[in-house]
Amino acid sequence: MKDLGTYRPLDYFQLMEVSLRELLVEKGVVTEDAIAAAMAAMRARGPERGAAMAARAWLDPAYKARMLADGSQAAEELGFEVPGLRLIVMENTPRTHNVIVCTLCSCYPRMLLGLPPEWYKSKPYRSRVVREPRKVLAEFGLKVSPKVAIRVHDSNADMRYMVLPMRPAGTGGWSEERLAGLVTRDCLIGVAVPKIPKTPQTRKS
Amino acid sequence: MKSGSDPDFLFSPGDRVRVRKAAPLGHVRTPFYIRGYAGVVERVCGAFPNPEELAQQRDGLPAQPLYRVRFLQKEVWPGYRGNPADALELEVFQHWLEEQ
Repeated sequence: MKDLGTYRPLDYFQLMEVSLRELLVEKGVVTEDAIAAAMAAMRARGPERGAAMAARAWLDPAYKARMLADGSQAAEELGFEVPGLRLIVMENTPRTHNVIVCTLCSCYPRMLLGLPPEWYKSKPYRSRVVREPRKVLAEFGLKVSPKVAIRVHDSNADMRYMVLPMRPAGTGGWSEERLAGLVTRDCLIGVAVPKIPKTPQTRKS
Repeated sequence: MKSGSDPDFLFSPGDRVRVRKAAPLGHVRTPFYIRGYAGVVERVCGAFPNPEELAQQRDGLPAQPLYRVRFLQKEVWPGYRGNPADALELEVFQHWLEEQ
């Protein structure tokens, strides 16, 4: 059965969306099924594509160089279609940590990272990370050394951004897939860094 | 001679520029917090239809040069504490930039 949720009157923008969608369906521009499928695909998408790009860059210096020169092309090289996306990849180094925000709205490379988290769209994150990034990152549990410079990238116009995190120590010989598993959405936004999960302790009974 | 669709790029990476301190009405993609501040061109992004024109349902042409500009945090926020090299990078259209 369809989940109808709790009744709440539509607000202005919801009403606009419904009216526009119904008109487009009525006029045969799109079908309800196509809209539902597109929404499902958008919701199902996570940061896997971005993570795959990061892992490839860790293993292949030539790919990394191409990625830093042209992020969109590097995405397409791995078979990820990103029509219209102008992606800039910012590389974290021992001297520089990068973090992404869109202070004007919520621009985000959705094609590679999926839907942005709620906090990314929130006014506190957008207004604070540009002026007190160290404090905001610490609230995410990321303490950046005062010796490391922080660069905050505001996606305020036509470009979109992704952070290439540093490969954690102790991952020598890891496969590309295993490395990609370390790269979370937050690592690609720059509010976290990849960590090797602690090996679960064998329980002694 | 430049072709009609090829805008003049007035700035290059490394140039010191200042964001105009202006408050025009309408849709503008230059955040208030950076207006009036000076920075250094980090890269040239290309030319893009002017968002201020697009918002008026015009074609936004001729396309405007767009730059990434790096600003030092300590120069933007009074009393900023952190690494002196901490920076903010924003995209600024050429018509918002003045030579510094």
